[in-house]
Amino acid sequence: MTDMRTPLGRVRGLGSAREGTMHFWRQRLTAIANVPLVLFMVGLMVALVGAPYEDVRATLANPFVTLVVILFFVSVLYHMKLGMQIVIEDYVHGEGAKVALIALNTFFPLVIGVASIFALLNIAFGG
Amino acid sequence: MVEITLPKNSRINEGRTWPKPAGATNLREYKIYRWSPDDDENPRTDTYFVDMDDCGPMVLDALLWIKNNVDPTLTLRRSCREGICGSCAMNIDGTNTLACTKGADEVSGVVKVYPLPHMPVVKDLVPDLTVPYAQLSSIQPWLQTVSPEPAKEWTQSHEDRQKLDGLYECILCFCCQTSCPSYWWNGERYLGPAVLLQAYRWLIDSRDEKTGERLDNLEDPFRLYRCHTIMNCTQACPKGLNPAKAIAEIKKMMIERRV
Repeated sequence: MTDMRTPLGRVRGLGSAREGTMHFWRQRLTAIANVPLVLFMVGLMVALVGAPYEDVRATLANPFVTLVVILFFVSVLYHMKLGMQIVIEDYVHGEGAKVALIALNTFFPLVIGVASIFALLNIAFGG
Repeated sequence: MVEITLPKNSRINEGRTWPKPAGATNLREYKIYRWSPDDDENPRTDTYFVDMDDCGPMVLDALLWIKNNVDPTLTLRRSCREGICGSCAMNIDGTNTLACTKGADEVSGVVKVYPLPHMPVVKDLVPDLTVPYAQLSSIQPWLQTVSPEPAKEWTQSHEDRQKLDGLYECILCFCCQTSCPSYWWNGERYLGPAVLLQAYRWLIDSRDEKTGERLDNLEDPFRLYRCHTIMNCTQACPKGLNPAKAIAEIKKMMIERRV
């Protein structure tokens, strides 16, 4: 296909999207939040290695633990979604595949997050 | 998807080995990328031997020695031969740099010379830089003001003038631009390090009054935010400038006007 548009026309394209800064900013914020949250989560798992089922349930039902683990899921999954979107935009250039993957990348962390939080709340309040 | 392998007609074959200059004792081997639009052949690398006793110390000297003494069809851009015009930017020994300021003695073994990566090739070592030039003009690299024109000139304090140091020296050789993987994958949408350094040069200029509009035009997931601080740009710059820092400063300005 011969492209008869001017080089400047091609480069100007559809113009600036006027966004991207919040994506960049939130990726940094969630990265900062992930440091203590991941450390807590690793500590929690190490502490619970080999513990009986009832103890694990009781620990997870502790309000403080429930809260921090919910925050862990929200922050890590959001960070994952933001990062994965960048990877898709970088490397997937087919319009159809890109849109499909970005949709999937939006739904997947949502499903995982909602399911995890539901499970935690169930343990905390389900009795 | 991103292309990991070269298309069939771009694969580089072994080319011919040119005869060694007669009577020369101090030889240096050069392997140089060759491609001509005039035939249907694949690109190839030709091997040349340069008589270092008859040739200047820089890679550009050797390329011109080859062109003058061995193979006049070898095609390259050059002009000032002292690192200020940016014409002879090419990939030497795996790094984008200027042939005129790269000493042959800085390279060990065979000197391998290729055109700037990931640009269409016009011929041999001459890349087609149409897109980067268009990207440069898209950021409008000139002073833009709203205030009435002063009778004499737009003034600037010494401190504000100093902010342009490390930016105004860019010679637009595009060594950084074509060293950036993000630019390889999204070259038509990502502006690239050279153009963003120029954009920052006008954003930070205290005399310019279109800072907000300039930021508006850059605020885009592709135009600006394809930079993932890979730092190849800063490593490649033959003038010792820091495009990665300029891009980080633009991102800081973006945050500053929102947060």
